[in-house]
Order: sequence, then structure tokens, then C-alpha cells
Amino acid sequence: MNTESKAFIVLGFLVHMCLAIPGQIAEIHGTKAVVDYGGITREADVSLVDVKKGDYVIVHAGFAIHVLNKKDAEETLKIFEEFFDHA
Amino acid sequence: MLELRNRKVAERIVNQIKALHINLKIMHVCGTHQDTIVRYGLDHLLKTCGVEVIQGPGCPVCVTTPLEIQQAIALAENGVTIATFGDMVRVPAGDTSLEKVRAEGGDVRIVYSIDDARAIAETKEVVFLGVGFETTAPSTAVTVLDEPDNFSVLSFHRYIPPALDALLEMGEIKIDAILCPGHVSTIIGALPYVPLAEKYGIPHVIAGFEPLDVLMAVYMMAKQVQEGRHEVENEYVRCVNTEGNVKAQKVIGEVFEPADASWRGFPPIPQSKMAMRKKYAAYDAAEIYEDVLEGIEELPEPKGCRCGDVLRGVIYPQQCPLFGRVCTPSNPVGPCMVSIEGACNIEYRYKND
Repeated sequence: MNTESKAFIVLGFLVHMCLAIPGQIAEIHGTKAVVDYGGITREADVSLVDVKKGDYVIVHAGFAIHVLNKKDAEETLKIFEEFFDHA
Repeated sequence: MLELRNRKVAERIVNQIKALHINLKIMHVCGTHQDTIVRYGLDHLLKTCGVEVIQGPGCPVCVTTPLEIQQAIALAENGVTIATFGDMVRVPAGDTSLEKVRAEGGDVRIVYSIDDARAIAETKEVVFLGVGFETTAPSTAVTVLDEPDNFSVLSFHRYIPPALDALLEMGEIKIDAILCPGHVSTIIGALPYVPLAEKYGIPHVIAGFEPLDVLMAVYMMAKQVQEGRHEVENEYVRCVNTEGNVKAQKVIGEVFEPADASWRGFPPIPQSKMAMRKKYAAYDAAEIYEDVLEGIEELPEPKGCRCGDVLRGVIYPQQCPLFGRVCTPSNPVGPCMVSIEGACNIEYRYKND
């Protein structure tokens, strides 16, 4: 595969695919925010969500689309715990 | 903390699915799910449990029709600046593509987000190709609502639920359950799947993108089938609420309205495309450049290309005679080999590298 094709794949991955890794809101300036992915920062638009500094968000194509909260994370654990209780 | 790639947990789930002694064919409509499934070998693992998984029309670039690609090319050939995500430029239409038009002097820019396209609009007129499902459409809608100068959208955005409905209605292949897309569901919520689960009597389970998310969702579907249930369940609770992202739904509804449209490989699907409302005609490239776009005759699919069959889940990528021989990611014949979310590209990347 040539370099250009590889570059397309990498770029495409960043843009198109659903990035399931949450980032943390480091700064907010109006509808724009700086999102921190463990040291790597990216700008994201936050007009589709209600966020404050410190929140964890899922970003798609430059837009935050979901704010994660502790309760939701615990719900995920519950699905697996219930599975283990019954399995 | 639960580790969503833990092998031991995966084994326990797999054993539980095996213990159900079922035979299932599951369809999903998400390139990222396909990536997880192929990358971690879940396709083979699940086969040992009697579960077959196939990707349906879940790749926005792939379902974009030859005519839509030709329209974008026509604009570029007529001197219009096009801004688009990377995959789109490489999709062939006849013997050309946006990439080839660019090589011949056309102004085709690859952008990482719609904001990059807006930055181009500060100095010149630009048309942004709106590609993507409910996950991406809100970003287009927000931008249009901001009324930017020199900026318009050629909307290829589409809704997922009408495509699922059309696919299940066609009944071309037997589908026992639907693995619902993660981030499309973050936007639309769980409710749009309820009428589908009822109409076709099959389980719909929303899943996240980690290997254990997918395995757990498959287990939830298998259990439903074994117990004779056909409900909408949500495994991806950490990112999907029942009602979805209401703000995002509102902006989609404000800017777009449903219109009948073809999807590559499909007959026209009612109310499946996001057409821009008349109110926003000033930002609708289909209106602004009507004279360039009208009368273009759709080219046939590339000779021998079976992307349409792949997108309807009728064949697996390896069953296409072109796969890996004539058609590869560096020399793609059809969009399913071009796009990072296409079943052929994913299959080739993980199985041939």
C-alpha cells in the first residue's frame, strides 16, 4: 500500500469512524471547547451538549455528541454484574 | 473497574452464548462495529457459537449513490470548490473520481470537520459534501443554522431506521436480530427501533464498540431469541439514553426533512434522505447549482463490482470475485473497498496485512 493510501486510512479513521474514547473538557470558549485525550488536545464544538469544565465527552467529527456521567458508567457495570449473577 | 477487553470475561460470555444452542444471523449497520468484529476476530469466535454477523448498509460513503458522486464531480469540474471527508474523494464514478478531478486542477479539499470547510469559506465559495447518518448530520445542521457566508451543503445525509425497515421488508436474507449502531443511537435514542422490533418480531440491541460490548449485545439478542422475546435493549447505556440527544435531533429536524432516496445497491427507500428544507435554500448546493446538477445520468456500478450485494448483506466481501485481486484499498473498484467503514476495506486491512 502506498503512503498516500495509508494517510487516507489514518485521516479517514479520525474523521469517519466513531471514536469511542472519551475526552475531558479542559477549556470552554462559547460553543468551542478544548478536549483533552490523555495529554493530546483537540478543539470540539459543544453546542449539541450541556457541558462544564472537567466533564467527559464523546466527540464525533469535531462535535461533542454525548456527556458521560458516573451513573451511566455504573449502568454498564450493572449489565455485566447481572450477567455474572445469572451466568 | 471493568476492563472491556478482558479475555476471561469474553470467554465467559462466549460460553454462555454457546450454552444457549442457537443459530442466529445478526445484521449490524456500523463500520465501527465491523472494525471491532473483524479486528478482534469476533466473527470467527461467534461462528463457533452458531452466530453469523454481517454488515448491512452501515457505511455512509458506501451507500452514497453513483449519481451523488457524479454530482460532486460535476461541481468540481465546473470550478466549484468542494470540501469533503477523505474517503469520498477516492470513490470511483465511471473512469473518474474527485481525486482525479483534483489531479487535473479541480479544487477539492479534504477536511477533518465541517469547521475546516467553514474556514475555507472565509476566502472563497465552498460546497461541503454532507455525508453521514444521524451522528454527523447535527454538525452540518448547526453550521447551516449559523448562516455562514460563501458556504453551502450538498446533502447526502441519511436516516438509518428507514434503511433497516427497507432491508427487513425486502427479506432477501434471513435476519434474526439487529445490532443497532452505537453513536447513531446516541443521537436518535432507543425509541426509533421499537416499531421495527414489533413489525418484524426480531430483537434490536444497541451496542458499544469494545469487543465485550459486542459480545454482550450478541448474548442479549441470543437470550431474547431463545426466550421468544423481540425487544429493544441497550447495552451501550454509558453513551445512549432512551430519548437520545434531543438537542441534536432538534437541529436535524430544523434544517432537514425526510425525502425518498436511493442507496447504493437498494431500490429507493422512502423518507430515508435528509433533504434541506426550503427555508435554508440559500445554503443548499442542490438549489444553488441546480443548472450544473440537473440532467446528469447515473452511471452503472463498476463492472463486476458487488458493493450493492455487500451493502444488502447478501454476500460477504470475500465472495466478490474482485475482492483482494482486482480490488484493493490502494486500487479500489467500489466504495466498500475505499471507505475505512466499508466491509471490504475492513476485511482486507485485518486479514491481508
